[in-house]
Amino acid sequence: MQAFTVVEGLVAPIDRANIDTDAVIPKQYLKSVKRTGFGPNLFDEWRYLDHGEPGQDHSQRRQNPDFVLNQPRYQGAQILLARKNFGCGSSREHAVWALADYGFRAVIAPSFADIFFGNAFKNGVLPIQLDEEVVDRLFRDVDATEGYTLKIDLAAQSITAANGEVIGFEVDPFRKDCLLKGLDDISLTLQHADAIKAYEAHRSAQAPWLFAVA
Amino acid sequence: MAGKTLYDKLWEDHLVRADEDGTSLIYIDRHLVHEVTSPQAFEGLRLAGRDVWRRDSILAVPDHNVPTIDRQVIEDPVSRIQIETLDQNCADFKLVEFKMNDIRQGIVHVIGPEQGATLPGMTVVCGDSHTSTHGAFGALAFGIGTSEVEHVLATQCLILKKSKNMQVVVEGNVAPGITAKDIALAIIGQIGTAGGTGYVIEYAGAAIRALSMEGRMTLCNMTIEAGARAGMVAVDDTTVDYFRGKPYAPRDALWDQAVAAWSELKSDRDAQFDAVVHIDAASIKPQVTWGTSPEMVVTIDERVPDPAAETNVVKAEGMQRALEYMGLEANTPIQQIQVDKVFIGSCTNSRIEDIRAAAEIVKGRKLADNVKLAMVVAGSGLIKQQAEQEGLDKVFTDAGFEWREPGCSMCLAMNADRLEPGERCASTSNRNFEGRQGQGGRTHLVSPAMAAGAAIAGHFVDVRNLSAT
Repeated sequence: MQAFTVVEGLVAPIDRANIDTDAVIPKQYLKSVKRTGFGPNLFDEWRYLDHGEPGQDHSQRRQNPDFVLNQPRYQGAQILLARKNFGCGSSREHAVWALADYGFRAVIAPSFADIFFGNAFKNGVLPIQLDEEVVDRLFRDVDATEGYTLKIDLAAQSITAANGEVIGFEVDPFRKDCLLKGLDDISLTLQHADAIKAYEAHRSAQAPWLFAVA
Repeated sequence: MAGKTLYDKLWEDHLVRADEDGTSLIYIDRHLVHEVTSPQAFEGLRLAGRDVWRRDSILAVPDHNVPTIDRQVIEDPVSRIQIETLDQNCADFKLVEFKMNDIRQGIVHVIGPEQGATLPGMTVVCGDSHTSTHGAFGALAFGIGTSEVEHVLATQCLILKKSKNMQVVVEGNVAPGITAKDIALAIIGQIGTAGGTGYVIEYAGAAIRALSMEGRMTLCNMTIEAGARAGMVAVDDTTVDYFRGKPYAPRDALWDQAVAAWSELKSDRDAQFDAVVHIDAASIKPQVTWGTSPEMVVTIDERVPDPAAETNVVKAEGMQRALEYMGLEANTPIQQIQVDKVFIGSCTNSRIEDIRAAAEIVKGRKLADNVKLAMVVAGSGLIKQQAEQEGLDKVFTDAGFEWREPGCSMCLAMNADRLEPGERCASTSNRNFEGRQGQGGRTHLVSPAMAAGAAIAGHFVDVRNLSAT
């Protein structure tokens, strides 16, 4: 997994609440058996005016000029700003893969859906939860300032604006550590293989029907 | 000391180890696998040279991509590759898979319980958010992403932090014609799609106890639409009776031992919940969603809401956008909304009880002229077979419905079953998001009886006024 230490980048705002993972990456792209290549289809139904299917040359498709990510001022954005309950709905990790493949390293919102929130950490994308008023102000600042950037420092748990203002954020210590080091958590868990085997021995004595091979 | 909730008990029963900060390793008893969210996980195992930790915990089935008309060919080559990839992964790692043409094939959340592969007291995971369905049996069941699928394949565990406890109490009895779907949508309408975020919900109260297992599955299925990763119902006689004779359920002495243990799977009388929500069952009417989020829901006798009456600006803008997407005018009576298509199916409402409820409305009637397509997609091959033995397929086909092969179908339109831009659908599925049933498609979530009523009338109707013919 790609580590996340410090990211300084352009902020793109999508001013909607309840952005669901169906909107982030529509179902027809879930047929891929790979983890990569989802970037061109991020927000596909909002981003393009024509219907998208896997295997198309997306550079030839009609872009929706009204969609925020298509506006010149937001090209190359690395930080996504959104409203509450971002990532609700389907568990599809493809949503995070699409955000990461497009170039987003962090999403800032007042709240996130639980499954999306966990998926993001596993792919080097940092979801940052801030108070609704702070997010509201960021929306106004981004709108007012072309080229608005933020610097996110995970170790320091701080967001610094171009004017020097610093906003702190909370992050779970275990997830922070994994993300800072780009750790593979399967290897971490396998360090406890003996504990897992001991659990199985104890549990299969207590509830043998859970271990009866059908 | 306060007693424990059902969730507390299930958590403790599966705790392998915990760090001081609460980061815990939780053991997974049952891992359900389907074709869409697993290929990258198997690929990850191969790349790391890892094997599956416990093969007999896994049951795999293709469901999202499968065609519902002709099962001999999958015309979409990308869908075909994904299903073939699942077949290959199950062969390579020696896992049990119910393949597409197996009578036991069906939607993963339907076949798990149907086979007794889901049991009370288990932890159940699947790379699918509607895994919450299995909580109906007093199990801790929740959806996971593909990285977690790989983690469970490799370690039989997940790294988790405990959620908070929420109790949703539905007191009293629902009126005739009110189903678990209406209860679920009424709850979401009350607490919102983020109302359950960070919580595990336990449903309680007389109206929940009165539900069949099918109804409890519908309710727990929709829990994720309220933002909670898992929903659950305590074990009672209804639960235990459901599993008698199921293929994967324990037998003989093991059955007796299991049933004795299952009787403990309920919250203690003095258990403390972090949040409690009360709903009066008698007040619940047939529900219809009008917008693009499940919380945008009203009752059949109401009108489409008016954003002008909403004081929260962000919310009002969201309502306005939803009205535009849905092609609706504010203040339109719900019963005047005409539908183009009707979908009865999905992991929410494709079980035998759902099909019977819809058939009861449809029997002896015909599809309305303005309904272009109405389809019934049973949740599994076995449900389809049972419905056919009861003659229900004839009830539907005589009325002009299509009777299809089992799968996820038009709930998410990954296969050929979809809405065309602008088409409006009465659907028994779980999500009315933009584009969910096809780009530009407009979804109204309803119960099976309400969907059947809309198919017959051509617009939404109050099924409580439609007696069986």
